[in-house]
Amino acid sequence: MSGPYLEVQGLKAAYGNIQVLHGVDFSVAEGQIAVILGANGAGKTTTLRALCAMVSTEGSIKLAGEELAGHRTADIVRRGVAHVPQGRGTFPDLSVEENLLAGAFVRTDAEVQGDVQQWFETFPVLGERRNQSAGSLSGGEQQMLAIARALMLRPSLLLLDEPSLGLAPMITRSLFEQLTAINADAGTTMLVVEQNASLALGVADVAYVLEAGEVALSGPADELAADDNVRRAYLGY
Amino acid sequence: MVVVASLLGIFDVSLDKLSNGELWLAQFFRGLSDGATYASVALALVMIYKSTGFINFAQGSLALLGVYLVYVFSVEQGLPVAVAVLCAMVASAVVAMFVERVFIRPFPPDHVLPLVIVTLGLLLIIDSAVGIVWGFRTRSLPSMFPTGAPIEWGIAQLTWRTIGNLGTVFAVVGLLYLLLSRTKVGLAFRAVSSNLESARLVGIRVGPTLGFGWALAAAIGTLGGALVVPDLLLEPSIMLRVLIFSLAAAALGGLDSLVGAVIGGLVVGLARNLLVTFLDLSELALATAVAVILVVLLVRPTGLFGSTRVERV
Repeated sequence: MSGPYLEVQGLKAAYGNIQVLHGVDFSVAEGQIAVILGANGAGKTTTLRALCAMVSTEGSIKLAGEELAGHRTADIVRRGVAHVPQGRGTFPDLSVEENLLAGAFVRTDAEVQGDVQQWFETFPVLGERRNQSAGSLSGGEQQMLAIARALMLRPSLLLLDEPSLGLAPMITRSLFEQLTAINADAGTTMLVVEQNASLALGVADVAYVLEAGEVALSGPADELAADDNVRRAYLGY
Repeated sequence: MVVVASLLGIFDVSLDKLSNGELWLAQFFRGLSDGATYASVALALVMIYKSTGFINFAQGSLALLGVYLVYVFSVEQGLPVAVAVLCAMVASAVVAMFVERVFIRPFPPDHVLPLVIVTLGLLLIIDSAVGIVWGFRTRSLPSMFPTGAPIEWGIAQLTWRTIGNLGTVFAVVGLLYLLLSRTKVGLAFRAVSSNLESARLVGIRVGPTLGFGWALAAAIGTLGGALVVPDLLLEPSIMLRVLIFSLAAAALGGLDSLVGAVIGGLVVGLARNLLVTFLDLSELALATAVAVILVVLLVRPTGLFGSTRVERV
């Protein structure tokens, strides 16, 4: 395939009259992990929501060369885009197992049950609580469940919004190890919004810095990690 | 003097009745039969509540329309009553899908207040439309079940209709339980009510899922109406009264519990008939329903079987 896997051009988004994104351009190559950094209110979450048609948008979003803009969320999911929203990405009233089955809602193949078992092996704590309601899990367990739920789609593109939010540093680190392992094994392209910039830059291939709804800086993750401005603003040393 | 005399009169009658086992048994059977009908309409309310998180006041009106369709198919067209009920269930489901698509879907599903107001408006519109089309004269509607009673103790009769009503309700609750817990549609249903945003993000089409819920609830409501109305007379305000008893049943059961709706319905049906017999005040029948709602909301807002939402932060 020629060209990037995800290519976003001139992306604008607004909540009512408040314009949040003013023409964002970025791209992610197939199998890469990209990270979006930025201060609060820079438009990181809105960018991810715009990709899934969860906010009104203008501009072009191409996935594997096909235009996503103008499609509904349910159709974008059917093209293999999974999204772990910030905070609660689970169904609190459904059991852990039902959460995973819901994640595979659009799949029709026979391997769904096998995938459920596989996630119970990857995250044993979820297996132990398969019949418990997801709302009764701890914050970290819910975040694991939300990510496993998203991966049940067998997505080609995984969008992660602040996966480390509210997690202990140890758990965050093992979570990112899991994500890089999944990226290496399944070749899942990932776009991650993350406050923990040093950790995110450590696993990412490319990085974009959003400021006031526009891309202010971009480049390979290791170059950005070495950039003085990025270090001062986001890494704090 | 008059007051004392009438109070004594009530007491007298009650004492007399207390010792009349057959009367109590008769009222018990009536209570079961009424309860089954309230339960079936309550099931429709619970289905909508489970998927949308609000009480659909238009539910009774859709059932009213359905019952008039039963009348048209059975009395006017001459179809067997059971066939007429099935046809009316399908027809009211189609109407409900149309209503949901046109009047409900334009509103965001998580903005409950405007939606409740819309359903109140729909209640008035559909009830009036039924009045305009079929007029306000009362009609009698045949029952799906044969007349007569296989079991009798004096005036206490366990009629085929009571048995049929109970059987229908248990069959409906069983089928709904299987639908919700064992099918993909059921999973979509529960996912939408649990977390709307995540439901969209796993690819569930929220609008059609809710539309299906409306259709199903209307069909169940029509079935419930077809159980209730043969005991009463068919006229355009009939379902409003049934709706109040069914609301009490649903509130008692816990609003989001299918089993709760059935048990709530039976309790309300029994309470209504037994209290009315004991106090000899048939005028207060409706008040028992409102009293049940009040007591539940005060003492146990989640009802008997309602789920307290567990959510750790």
